[in-house]
Amino acid sequence: MGSITLDHVNKAFGDVQVIPDISLDIKDGEFVVFVGPSGCGKSTLLRLIAGLEDTTGGTIKLDGADMTNAPPAKRGLAMVFQSYALYPHMSVRDNIAFPLKMANTPKDVIAQKVDYAARTLNLNDYLDRRPRALSGGQRQRVAIGRAIVREPKAFLFDEPLSNLDAALRVNMRLEITELHQQLKTTMIYVTHDQVEAMTMADRIVVLNAGKVEQFGTPLELYRKPANRFVAGFIGSPKMNFIDGQDAARYDAHSIGVRPEHFQLSRESGTFTGKVAVAEQLGADTFLHVNVERLGLITVRTGGDETFENGETVHLTPDPQRIYRFSADGTALSHGQA
Amino acid sequence: MATRQTRALARTMMAPAVVLLLLWMIVPLGMTIYFSFQNYNLLNPAMQSFAGWFNYEFFVTDPAFVQSMVNTLLLVGGVLAITVIGGTLIALLLDQPMFGQGIVRILVISPFFVMPPVAALIWKNMLMHPGYGIFAHIARFFGISPIDWFAQVPLFAVILIVAWQWLPFATLILLTAMQSLSEEQLEASEMDGANAFNRFFYIILPHLARAITVVVLIQTIFLLAIFAEILVTTNGGPGYNSTNLTFLVYRTALLNYDIGGGSAGGVIAVILANIVAIFLMRAVGKNLDT
Ligand SMILES: Nc1ncnc2c1ncn2[C@@H]1O[C@H](COP(=O)(O)OP(=O)(O)OP(=O)(O)O)[C@@H](O)[C@H]1O
Ligand SMILES: [Mg+2]
Repeated sequence: MGSITLDHVNKAFGDVQVIPDISLDIKDGEFVVFVGPSGCGKSTLLRLIAGLEDTTGGTIKLDGADMTNAPPAKRGLAMVFQSYALYPHMSVRDNIAFPLKMANTPKDVIAQKVDYAARTLNLNDYLDRRPRALSGGQRQRVAIGRAIVREPKAFLFDEPLSNLDAALRVNMRLEITELHQQLKTTMIYVTHDQVEAMTMADRIVVLNAGKVEQFGTPLELYRKPANRFVAGFIGSPKMNFIDGQDAARYDAHSIGVRPEHFQLSRESGTFTGKVAVAEQLGADTFLHVNVERLGLITVRTGGDETFENGETVHLTPDPQRIYRFSADGTALSHGQA
Repeated sequence: MATRQTRALARTMMAPAVVLLLLWMIVPLGMTIYFSFQNYNLLNPAMQSFAGWFNYEFFVTDPAFVQSMVNTLLLVGGVLAITVIGGTLIALLLDQPMFGQGIVRILVISPFFVMPPVAALIWKNMLMHPGYGIFAHIARFFGISPIDWFAQVPLFAVILIVAWQWLPFATLILLTAMQSLSEEQLEASEMDGANAFNRFFYIILPHLARAITVVVLIQTIFLLAIFAEILVTTNGGPGYNSTNLTFLVYRTALLNYDIGGGSAGGVIAVILANIVAIFLMRAVGKNLDT
C-alpha cells in the first residue's frame, strides 16, 4: 500500500514562499511524475514528502495516516538522489544492505534480499566493488537497489537520470518503468525533462513556481492543457503561440498550435512565410518558418520532403487542434475554433 | 605529472629544495651521532676522547630510561586519545548551526595560539595550583580536599595541559573534514532508517578516517618532543614520574653537562620516533591511500 495525500501543503524558506499551497492525491501503485522548469519547487515538494524538510503548513498523509511531522525513517519511503548519495566507504553489497542492517534484519534475510536486488538490477558482478569503481549507470542501479530492498511504501526519485548520457538515460528510463510494472509500488519521479515525464508517467503533475498547473495523464496534458503554461511545457518541439489580431480571429487572447498540427503546403494556406532553418532528423523535419507578424513558427513534417532555406511555404493550422487561451493564460474551450 | 618530460622537469625543480632539506637534517644528525661516540663533558671539555658504545650503555642503563620511555608513550597516547575523541565531539557540536558560530569557533581555536610555556604556566598557577587554583576552589566547594596535581598525578597533569593545547588543532581538521561530507549522504542514511548514533558510526566516522589519520600522524611527531610544558610545571618530577625521553636528554646533556650521553639519548630518541612512525604508518597509513 502506498497512497500519498497532500492537503494544502505549503513551504517557505524564511520569507520566501517556495510552495504556496498544494493539494494532491496520489493513488497506491501509481507512477506520478513531477515536472516543471528549474527552481519551481519539485525537489522541495519531494523532500517534504520524504520528511527531509519540515512543512510550514498543511498535512501529508501516507496510507491515510498523518505523517506530517514523522521523521523520514518512520515514513517507510525510499529515495533515490540525483547524485546517488552512495556510501563511498562501503562495498556495493553493504550499500544495498545498509537499510536492512539499520532495521536489524537477520543476516540470512539480508543476504537473500541483496541477492535478489542484485539480480533484478544486473549488479551481481559488482557486489564487492566500491561505488567509486562503478560507472554512472551502475551507481544509479546501486542507488535503486538500496531503495528496493526495503520494500518501501513508495519510491521517490529526484532527477535520477540527469547525470547520465542520452543513450543510457533511455535505457534506465525503460528499466525504471519495468521495475514499476514488476513491483507495482507507488513511485514519484521528479524531472525537468518532459519526454521522461510523458513516457514514464501514469499521471503527471506540472509545477510552476510552486503551484500545480495541472495534474493528469500524459495524453490529457497533451490534448487538453489547462493553460498556456502546460500547453507550452508539454510537447516537443514546443507549441507555437500566436497573439494579437490573428488570435482575435479565433475569439481568443492568444492561440496555440503544435508544430505537428500545421498543414504545410507550397501553394496556399492561412499563413505565409519563408523557411529560416530546416532541421532534418531523418524521420521528421522541423521547419522554422519566418512568418510575417508572427515571427518564427515551428512546423513538423515528414522526413521525406526536403525544403530549401528561404523557400516560401504556406501553413494552415488544423482547426480541430487550435488551443485558445484567455488573457490570463487559462484555456478556453478545447479544440474547436 | 603524466609524461616523462614533466616528471624530469619536476625532479630538476625539486632538487635544490630536497638537497637543502637533506643538509638541514644530515648535519645536525651527523654531529649528534659523532658526539654520541665521544667522551665529552662540558665540565671538562679538554678531556674529549672516543667512547665507543659507553654513552649508549650509560644512557640505557640509567634507571630513568625505561620510565621515560614509558612516560613518552603514555604522554603521546593519552594526548592523542583525548584530542581525537574530544576533537571529534567538539567538531560535531561546532558543525551544528548555532548562534554566534564564528565567535565560538575562534574561541575554540584560540588555545592553539598560546605558546606552550605560557599555557603550562596558566594551568600550573591559575587552574591546578593546590592552594589558589580554580580546581582547588571547586574541590573545596564540594568539600573534597584539593588534588596537588603536579605532585600526585604529574604525568596526567602534563597530559591534560598538552591535550588542551592540541585539541583545537584536532578539532579544526576534523571540523573541515566533517563539513566536506555531502549532505545528501546523511539524508540518504536518514531515509534508510539510521538514527543519529548509526549515522555517526556508519557515515560520519568512516568519512573522518583520513582526517583522523592526519591528526594522529602530525600530532605524534610533535608530541614525541614535548618539553616546555614539563620544564615549567613538574621539571620532570617528582622523581622521574613525568620525565619523557626529550626531558631525559635535556637532563643528561644540559644539567649534567654530559654532551656525549645527551647525544646518545638523542640518537635513541630519533630511533624511537622512527619506530613509532613505522608502526603508525602500518596501522593507520592505509587510510591515506587512494
Ligand atoms: N534551503 C533553502 N533555502 C532557501 N531557498 C531554497 C532552499 N532550497 C530551495 N530553495 C529555493 O526554492 C526554490 C525551489 O527549489 P527546488 O530545489 O525545489 O527546485 P527544483 O524544482 O528542484 O529545481 P531543479 O529542477 O533545478 O532541481 C528555488 O527557488 C530555490 O532557490
Ligand atoms: Mg531539484
